[in-house]
Amino acid sequence: MTATDQVQVVTPKSKNGHMAHFGYVLRENPVTLLAFLLFAFFILSALFAEYLVPYDPLASDASDVLNPPSFDHWFGTDALGRDVFSRVMVATRLDLLIALSAVSLSFVVGSVLGAAAGYWGGKLDMVMSRLLDTIMAFPIFVLAMGIVAALGNTIENIIYATAIINVPFYARLVRAEVNIRRDAGFVHAAKLSGNSDLRVLAMHIFPNTLPPMMVQISLNLGWAILNAAGLSFIGLGVRPPTPEWGIMVAEGANFIVSGEWWLALFPGLWLMLAVFTFNLLGDGLRDLVDPRQRS
Amino acid sequence: MLSIKDLRVAFNTRRGLVEAVRGVHLELKKGEILGVVGESGSGKSVTSYALMKILDQGGKITQGDMVYSGIDLAAASEKDMGEIRGREISMIFQNPRAALNPIRKVGHQIEDVLCQHAQATRYTARAKAIEALEAVKIKDAEARYDAYPFELSGGMCQRIVIAIALACNPRILIADEPTTGLDITTQKAVMDLVQELIRERQMSAILITHDLGLATEYCDRISVMRNGEIVEEGAPLDLFTKPAHAYTKKLVKATPSLGRDLRDLLTDTDLPPLSPHQISDIPLMEVKNLKKTYQGKSGPVDAVKGISFDIYKGQTVGLVGESGCGKSTTSSMLVRLLDSTEGQILFEGKDLSEVAAKDFAKDPRRTDIQMVFQDATDSLNPRFTARQSIADPIRRLIGLKNRALGDRIEELADLVGLPRHLLDRFPHQLSGGQKARVGIARAISVNPKFLILDEPTAALDVSIQAIVLNLLADLRAKLGMSFLFVSHDLHVVRLLSDYIIVMRDGDIVEQGPCEEVMSSPKSDYTRELLGAAPTIAVAAPAA
Repeated sequence: MTATDQVQVVTPKSKNGHMAHFGYVLRENPVTLLAFLLFAFFILSALFAEYLVPYDPLASDASDVLNPPSFDHWFGTDALGRDVFSRVMVATRLDLLIALSAVSLSFVVGSVLGAAAGYWGGKLDMVMSRLLDTIMAFPIFVLAMGIVAALGNTIENIIYATAIINVPFYARLVRAEVNIRRDAGFVHAAKLSGNSDLRVLAMHIFPNTLPPMMVQISLNLGWAILNAAGLSFIGLGVRPPTPEWGIMVAEGANFIVSGEWWLALFPGLWLMLAVFTFNLLGDGLRDLVDPRQRS
Repeated sequence: MLSIKDLRVAFNTRRGLVEAVRGVHLELKKGEILGVVGESGSGKSVTSYALMKILDQGGKITQGDMVYSGIDLAAASEKDMGEIRGREISMIFQNPRAALNPIRKVGHQIEDVLCQHAQATRYTARAKAIEALEAVKIKDAEARYDAYPFELSGGMCQRIVIAIALACNPRILIADEPTTGLDITTQKAVMDLVQELIRERQMSAILITHDLGLATEYCDRISVMRNGEIVEEGAPLDLFTKPAHAYTKKLVKATPSLGRDLRDLLTDTDLPPLSPHQISDIPLMEVKNLKKTYQGKSGPVDAVKGISFDIYKGQTVGLVGESGCGKSTTSSMLVRLLDSTEGQILFEGKDLSEVAAKDFAKDPRRTDIQMVFQDATDSLNPRFTARQSIADPIRRLIGLKNRALGDRIEELADLVGLPRHLLDRFPHQLSGGQKARVGIARAISVNPKFLILDEPTAALDVSIQAIVLNLLADLRAKLGMSFLFVSHDLHVVRLLSDYIIVMRDGDIVEQGPCEEVMSSPKSDYTRELLGAAPTIAVAAPAA
C-alpha cells in the first residue's frame, strides 16, 4: 500500500522537478531562452513549413523572374520565378534532417568506440586512438568530399560522410570522460552490486559523460549543417531543383554581381541563424542534463 | 594585533542571499596561537578568507571591522592587500599539493614570493630560498630546491607551503586545516614544526581546524564556531573540561579519546546501551600468505608482502596503518576488486582467489562480501538518486522488483536512519552524514556476511562520525555481520574493533586483541602511532 502511494506521490513530483528545472535553466540565462526559441522555430519550420508556405517551392513562373523582395514574394523570386521564401522555409527540413542524422550517427558510433577505449584501455585504446588520429589528420572537408565523390551523390552518403568526419571528436571526448571515472568509488560500488563490466560502463559511467557531450552535439549540429550546405555548394550532394540552403546560396552567388542580392542572402541568413542557434544551445542543453545544476 | 569585530559575510546563491558568517568577534594578541574550531559549514574558513579578502565571487563582506595593527583591512584597496598578503599575514591551506604550482620547481616558488615583496633580488633569491627550506627542516635543501611538487610526499609539500608562507617573515600565519589528509605521524611532525617556528619568530597564528584535540594541544586560546557565529571562547583545557555551551559539550563528547566508549560519544541519546555481538569460533575468512606485486616503472613493487590473518564470524577486525602501507590494497583483494598475486583467501573454507576479480560480479558469493567506501561523495553515482543507488545491488543480486524493492529500500532507510523523503534526492543535495548513510544502506542491502569498512568516517565531522560509528555497532549486533574496519586512526578503530592488525610497508607489524594492542603495544611503530594522536590528558567531563 505504502509503496504504491509512494510511487504515485513521487512521479508527478519528479516530473514537476524536470519542468521546474527547465524553467530555471531558461530563466537564469536569457541567451539559452533565445536559443531554445530559435530552435523551436526551426523545428516547427521543418515539420510544418511544407503546408504553410504561400507557393510551391518547385513551381516556376516565367512572368515573375528575378524580382526583388515585395509584399507578394517576401524574399523575392529566383531566375526561374520560384518564390525564395517558400524555398528557404521548405529547405529547413532537409538541412535539419541531414544534420541531426549525421550527428546522431557519429554520437552513437563515437560513444561506443570512445567508451570502450577509455574503459578497457591497453591495446584496444592504442589501436583505436591511432585510427581516429588518422581520420583527424585529414582536412575534414576534403575527406567528406572524397567520401561523397566515391560513394555517390545521395543524401544518405552526405549523412555518412558528415558522420564519419565527426566520429573522432565524440570518441576522444567520451574516452577522456570515461577514463577519469574508471576508478571512481561509485564504479567500484557498482561492481560490488553485481554489475558486469559492460553494465557498469553503459549504465553507470556513460551517463556521467553526457553534460560535456551535449555541448559537443550542439556545436556539431552547426558544423554538420555547414558541411552539408558546403558539399551542396560545390555540387556534391543534394541536386537542384531540390530546395536546400547550400545549393540556393551557390545558385544565388552567380547573380550577386548583377545586383540580385536576395537570392544568396536569405538562404545564407537562414544557414547562419541555424548554426548560431545550435552554438548557443550547447550550454543550455548541458545544464539540462546535469543533475548537479538542480538544487 | 588583529581584531575582527562583528564580521558578516554573505554569499549570493540560487536560493538568495545566504549569510555564512554572522557577527564574528575575534582578537589575536601578539605571540598567541588562536584556534578556531568548528565543523563543516560553520564559517571558519570563510572568516579567514574574508580577512585576507580572497572570497569567491558572490561572497561579500556586508558588515564589520577588521583592523590589523592600525590598518583597516575592510577598507584597504586591492593593491594594499597585495602588500599585506604574504608579507604581513600569510596563509597555509588544506591541500598542499593543490596549493603548489605543479610545473614549477619548489625553490622557484619560494623565490617568487620573496621577489614579490622585495625581500630578495635576483642574486640573493636562491640563497634565501634555500635558507627558507632549511628553516622548515627539509633535509638536503640544496637538492630539494630543484624538486617538483609531485616528487615530494604530502608532508614535504606542506613543509614547502609553510616555507613559502613564512619566507617574508609575516607577523600572522593563518593555517586552514593544515594537516587534514596527512598521516597522523606526519601531522604531528608538521604541527610541532609550525609551533616551534611561530614561537621562535614571535609570530601570531590562527589555526583553523575541525579537530578539537589538535587545537587543544597546540593553541593558547580556542574559539568554537557554529553556523557562522562564535558560541564559546576560552583556554583549551577549560573548554575541554568545563564546556559551557551545549554545542561545545557535544563536540567535546564526540572527540574519540582513551577511556571512552562508543555510546559516550553521543550527547542526549535515548539509544539503549550497546548490545553485545556474538563472536563464534568458526573462521569466516582465513587469509594465508596474501601477496600483491605491481609492475612499477622501476621494477616490481610489493604492495602487500605475504600477510596472514583470520576473521571469525561476528568479529570486527581493525586494520590500521598509514597511507601506502597496503591496507587499501588488502581490502580491495578481500572484496574481490583486485586479483592477488599469490596466497589464499578462504571464505567459509573455499578459496576466493580462484575466481578472477572481473568475473566475481556473477559469483553467488558476491552478496556475502560488500564494502562501505571511504569517500561517500565519490562512491555515489552523481546521476542516481539515493533510492536508485540503494536499489542497484538489490535488483542485480537478489532480483527484487517493484513493491518488494520499494519496501526493502524503505526498510533499509529506516534501519540506517535516513529520512524517507530524502530517498529521491541526488547525492549533491545530501549532507556528508546522509551520504554516508546511503552508502551503508547500499552495502547492507543484500545481507552480506562480511562487510569491509574503508575509512567510513574519514570525511565526516566528529559529531557525525560518532553517530555513524554507533549506527555501525548497532547494525552489527542486529544483523550479526563480520566487519573489517580499515582506518589510519587507532583511536577510532579501537571503538569498534575486537581485534587489531597494524600494517606498515605491506607487512603486518603487530596483531592482537584490541585491548592488548592499545594498552601494551609490542612494536615501536604501534607506540609511535598511538603517541602521535593528539591526546587530552584530562578526565572526561561529566556531562
